[in-house]
Amino acid sequence: MMFWLTLVLIGLITFAYRFSFIALLERIKLPGLMQRALRFVPLAALTAITLPEVAIRQNALNLSLGNDRLVASLVAAVVAWRTKNVFLTILIGMICLYILQSF
Amino acid sequence: MNNLQKANPPALEAAIAAPSAACEFWAGVKGVAPILLGVFPFGLIYGILAISAGLPAMMAQAMSLIVFAGSAQFIIAQLAAVNTPLVIIAITAAVVNIRHMLYSASVAPHLRRLSTPWQMLLAYLLTDEAYAVAITRYAQPADSPTQQDTRRNAHWFFLGAGLGLWITWQLTTAIGIFVGAQIPASWELDFSLPLTFIALVVPMIKDRAALITVVVAGAASLLVFHMPLKLGLVTAILLGIMAGLLAERQ
Repeated sequence: MMFWLTLVLIGLITFAYRFSFIALLERIKLPGLMQRALRFVPLAALTAITLPEVAIRQNALNLSLGNDRLVASLVAAVVAWRTKNVFLTILIGMICLYILQSF
Repeated sequence: MNNLQKANPPALEAAIAAPSAACEFWAGVKGVAPILLGVFPFGLIYGILAISAGLPAMMAQAMSLIVFAGSAQFIIAQLAAVNTPLVIIAITAAVVNIRHMLYSASVAPHLRRLSTPWQMLLAYLLTDEAYAVAITRYAQPADSPTQQDTRRNAHWFFLGAGLGLWITWQLTTAIGIFVGAQIPASWELDFSLPLTFIALVVPMIKDRAALITVVVAGAASLLVFHMPLKLGLVTAILLGIMAGLLAERQ
């Protein structure tokens, strides 16, 4: 039940963002600092979510080559860098994980 | 852009009329079509991941309807899977989605004359992709002498692009939920979420400031992961943003 409320709250917040300036009608510019900060938001957020996901195993930092998910992620990062292709990145990352785990 | 030009009547005939509402609507659908190819697997993966993260099917689908923002939905599902406190989930989603304010500011001048229900409808449909397509329509000139206000029906173009995306997202979520329920955990499909994020982040690293943001946010996320209530996540995001801003200044 609380999760439903949280979802509705997030939905309302997201809608408020999307409607904010449209509702205000007047052309108000975002403060310069905030406008510049916006570009870094997805970069910082996605990185901070992803890295612990693959580098922390069993509640401890594991930066060794024995961490299959970390190694597969590094391979995937190279694929993403070279191809900029979301699908290919996921595909090769998953295949890499399966191969590493078969050893 | 070719689609747009085809959809508009030839310049001479346009002396009197703007493109009709239907004409604009279908041009919007055509405009968003190439993007839908990329959205399709993304929606599927969201549905699959939401299920493997332990969300009930109803809730996974409802999230697509209520939140309707791909990356935030992935993050919410992921955080919910590791029992993150709801307050932190809400704050994180609020931070991740804040970019929509920028889109809102960008399209606002073009939607001024519309009724409030129209404005609310288009605001609901204002995703990254719909914004990217709709703004191409508004970037076309409106006031040449022979074309009196040819953008009169441009909101229908926006609606076409937005609805095209909305329907695709809802359908692919549903398919993903259905497929996800059949997939055994041993396939480790949950790993496709970090992979998706890697695929999104890496191409965004286009300059030194972006790289520094990623390095600082990443290092911080590992150093503070033990902070209570997952506060480490918000801390790492804020540190990354500040590092990026500082790097850009130099």
